Amino acid sequence: MQQMINLNIDGKYVKVPKGSTILEAARKLGIDIPTLCHLNLEGTPMVNQAASCRICVVEVKGRRNLAPACATPVAEGMEVHTHTIRVLHARRMVLELLLSDHPKDCLSCAKSGNCELQDLAERFCFRENRFEGPDFSQSHYVKDVSPALIRDMDKCIMCRRCETMCNTVQTVGALSGIKRGFDAVVAPAFEMPLEESVCTFCGQCAAVCPTGALVERDYSWDVIEALADPDKVVVVQTAPAVRAALGEEFGFEPGTLVTGRMAAALRALGFDYVFDTDFAADLTIMEEGSEFLDRLTRHLQGDESVRLPILTSCCPAWVKFFEHQYPDMLDVPSTAKSPQQMFGAIAKSYFAEQLGVPREKLVVVSVMPCLAKKYEAGREEFSVDGNRDVDISITTRELGHLIKRANIDFANLADEDFDRPLGESTGAAVIFGATGGVIEAAVRSAAEWATGKPLESVDFTALRGLEGCRSAKVPVGDLTLHIGIAHGLGNARKLLDSIRKGEVEPFHAIEIMACPGGCIGGGGQPYHHGDMGIIKKRAEAIYREDADKPIRKSHENPYIKKLYEEYLGKPLGEKSHHLLHTHYFKRHKI
Amino acid sequence: MADVKMHILVCGGTGCMSSQSDKIVDSFHRCLKEQGLEEEVKVLTTGCFGFCEQGPIVKVAPDNTFYVKVTPEDAEEIVAEHVIKGRKVERLLFVDPETAEHVADSKHMEFYKKQMRVALRNCGFIDPENLGEYVARDGYLALAQVLESMTPQEVVDTVKKSGLRGRGGGGFPTGLKWEFASKYQDDQKYVICNADEGDPGAFMDRSILEGDPHSVVEAMAICGYAIGASKGMVYIRAEYPLAVSRLRKAIEDAREAGLLGDNILGSGFSFDIELRYGAGAFVCGEETALIRSLEGERGEPTSKPPFPAEKGFWGKPSNVNNVETFANIPVIFLKGADWFASIGTEKSKGTKVFALAGKVNNVGLVEVPMGTTLREVVFDIGGGIRGGKKFKAVQTGGPSGGCLTEKHLDTPIDFDNLIAAGSMMGSGGMIVLDEDNCMPSVAKFYLGFTVEESCGKCTPCRVGNKRMYELLDKITSGRGTEADLKLLRDLAATIKDTSLCGLGQTAPNPVLSTLDNFRDEYEAHVKERRCPSGSCKKLISFEILADKCKGCTLCARVCPAGAISGKVREPHVIDPEKCVKCGACKDACKFGAIIKK
Repeated sequence: MQQMINLNIDGKYVKVPKGSTILEAARKLGIDIPTLCHLNLEGTPMVNQAASCRICVVEVKGRRNLAPACATPVAEGMEVHTHTIRVLHARRMVLELLLSDHPKDCLSCAKSGNCELQDLAERFCFRENRFEGPDFSQSHYVKDVSPALIRDMDKCIMCRRCETMCNTVQTVGALSGIKRGFDAVVAPAFEMPLEESVCTFCGQCAAVCPTGALVERDYSWDVIEALADPDKVVVVQTAPAVRAALGEEFGFEPGTLVTGRMAAALRALGFDYVFDTDFAADLTIMEEGSEFLDRLTRHLQGDESVRLPILTSCCPAWVKFFEHQYPDMLDVPSTAKSPQQMFGAIAKSYFAEQLGVPREKLVVVSVMPCLAKKYEAGREEFSVDGNRDVDISITTRELGHLIKRANIDFANLADEDFDRPLGESTGAAVIFGATGGVIEAAVRSAAEWATGKPLESVDFTALRGLEGCRSAKVPVGDLTLHIGIAHGLGNARKLLDSIRKGEVEPFHAIEIMACPGGCIGGGGQPYHHGDMGIIKKRAEAIYREDADKPIRKSHENPYIKKLYEEYLGKPLGEKSHHLLHTHYFKRHKI
Repeated sequence: MADVKMHILVCGGTGCMSSQSDKIVDSFHRCLKEQGLEEEVKVLTTGCFGFCEQGPIVKVAPDNTFYVKVTPEDAEEIVAEHVIKGRKVERLLFVDPETAEHVADSKHMEFYKKQMRVALRNCGFIDPENLGEYVARDGYLALAQVLESMTPQEVVDTVKKSGLRGRGGGGFPTGLKWEFASKYQDDQKYVICNADEGDPGAFMDRSILEGDPHSVVEAMAICGYAIGASKGMVYIRAEYPLAVSRLRKAIEDAREAGLLGDNILGSGFSFDIELRYGAGAFVCGEETALIRSLEGERGEPTSKPPFPAEKGFWGKPSNVNNVETFANIPVIFLKGADWFASIGTEKSKGTKVFALAGKVNNVGLVEVPMGTTLREVVFDIGGGIRGGKKFKAVQTGGPSGGCLTEKHLDTPIDFDNLIAAGSMMGSGGMIVLDEDNCMPSVAKFYLGFTVEESCGKCTPCRVGNKRMYELLDKITSGRGTEADLKLLRDLAATIKDTSLCGLGQTAPNPVLSTLDNFRDEYEAHVKERRCPSGSCKKLISFEILADKCKGCTLCARVCPAGAISGKVREPHVIDPEKCVKCGACKDACKFGAIIKK
């Protein structure tokens, strides 16, 4: 049995398991000790216990100095006071110090309204700073603008959440503390621009940054300009995870599906065609599923040159991760492009031809839960003569802002549907948004192709869940598929390394998503502020949408069938190969 | 050794080395060879003698003649006169400033009279690179006795009984620390030696490692036996090349002699030591930051608890002690815990090494029993204030310490008294200040160090110390207000109360102690815009008194800024716009015509 510890906080007794922190014990009592650097994403390795901001300090009887509640373990008989004058004085001073080295540009800051430092200033009725004026300096750093992320370290408060995320959770290792004292800051090695570093642009650093130090690069004005250009045909695609989170930007409960409202809002914004990345997700299954089946069949026939397990390639942060970290394995992942890029390629070929407009006149905008998609859209191999397949990629948050700016009353919009042909999708496509979804969608199709028989149930619940690294055995006819799933790049590394070491039974296929929870937990989603319950609710919404769809297998999407009949021929065919598949590049490890 | 009739000991500490003591050794070898005496007279390079002010130092034994400020050229005369003819070379002897007499034997020098060498017992006595010499001074006897006849618990109890407290700054009881580490069970434990000496001006650890490295190696092995660790790590500054090479040699020699490695002296106990180099970050002297750095991470402290005794190096139970602490260990076992506990005060036992510096006549490394007063150290050992100036304060504990004044001079030095007086022992830096030192500027100087050396992890240390520095800059520039003094005190108190590690928690000490002890000086700066000691450049001005000026033009010639003008034999004037307030004119004036205001 777990040992329990008794302590007293602000005169109230509480019993908590040994190893708990004062902060956890206080929360159990409903005592809300303010925190700033602390962050614990339950169920993930993201526990930031740097105890560096010192906002959560409390008085512990018998201790000489104040103790950080977030990192101080409870002890039997401990007596804690969380709001004595000594504590309040210290907290006010610490906040004053933090703000004295922080820009005062809240009005134009991307994080305004979502900033945890701003919240604290408001909570502490912060009105004046005694450390302002010409006698007091501020730290300055070169602003680092990459295609996906903007690092404005003048706003960094050294909470180290990004560093913990980048190193401990994602194991990317792009960010770490550098310099000393007042100049200390989190940055890539040698302060190289993020774009030149091993950064995967997963955006999880921005998802946990309490201030505006790490934010997405905002392209919403580019969208406004494109929409206002009479010479352009502007089409939009929205990723599966967006519909499960966009509502949060408008005060809806987490987990509210706003698919119909979103389509209506996009149309109201002036997009000429409101399409769906889900269509391209179905297309991805056609290609990736066929590739999987092909490799599997050849493997079963004894072809030893076949690389198994096949690794999914929908996630651009994951793609960049393996290009840097596993350059010797570039032939293992599926060559299928991600749904975003498949959509772009099809929109600018098949659809443009249907409309009779040259690709240069067509503007493809994507709405993604992701920052890496901004980077992916700009990869050279995804353009034709300098014209990108996806012109502009914005996040769920940016779409929220676009809708607000356009005076659209989102909450009272009537549901609308996507346009055809590139707006039709199946339940298999929508679950791309959650961890395990891509592989479940692939299995739904591959199983039917392999056995030639319709599935009794399309719900492969063994593949669902939020455990970081998991595996499942799925019977398909006479064969049992061994499937691996990892979300979070650290989990991906763990899985790959265990395969390399031969520690696990060989897998047939592995799905990897860079973000905790999959795309629903992406770096471009509404801020979760550390509440993992929000991610869970989004996942539930995704599977609800799947269950409600009339068609739940990608290969049964009528418009996908039509696309192959009219244009592509067959999966893995020549045209498909040209438009829907890609290749990978070896990248440096540091 | 039977044929050797005389020893010439040449200081090989970093200070004397930089003054060519290695060349002195060569010179002696050459001269002795020329005279055919190389078999009878042995030349040794030793560790530091401590009296660095008078270096390079050469000692001739057995008559204990102490030669000071020796040059390589002097070797010939020492050999010709002293070695061959038995006549001391008078001109190379120390001159007592009081009596103006030559003193040949260091025992009779004021500098050494009140010292007691325990940690430094072998420094200046043996060749640190010769294991045999250490063994001849009972080296490794303590380890042998411990392994042969004591249980680990008895070892811990002996250290506890001795009353030894950590010499690195904190003063935590060493025996207790060993006991904590011994209680945690794990497949691997570590003994870590903190040789990341970082206090500006302090060099006792370096001197021990340079002069007596085996004492640390032996102590680490004893500690390993006591806590159940088979691995030792020394975290040493890469800027201490001599200490590194001597320690490395000591470890290799000990290993070769079976005093390190598997099954030491047939006891079944195995222990070995590895070296790790620090890049000189002050914060890496803090044990948790040191451990992070050992692991190859950024040298940043972590929250305690958990303490290293529970989760240290690679998450394993670890015991971290400083060099000087370890140097005391063997002698505790050789002479007994009771003997050690008989030295010092009630709660601080043994001796402490101080790096005495500043405005004092005898600068150097001194080791005194705990309980010696500051007055004895500054005036007897240190020989009083240089240039006959007035004593103002003594700064102890380095950047973490505080400034003590006249009224503290008779306080017996120990861990608790220094803390009660608003300072601390620290690692043993002791800097004497005189009437010319401006106390807010002194506080600013130390803070400048902590601002540089803060790792930047926690807010109060990263931003708070910078703000304190800026407030002090404001005050010493004549822009400060009384509100700034209050803010400074508030801020100092918060930094002390909220910082993550010892560096931040003690960084305000120089500010608080000077605010307490020299309040009037701070007030003069903010209320009157005046620096009483006349050292804050922005608050002083130089003026030529027309009635005293003879128009000799000397001041105009020495002024580096061309700020003085005037015709020959006519009173000169200083242009305040151009004046850089260096004071060169005042120093040069033979008529006392230039005053500082």
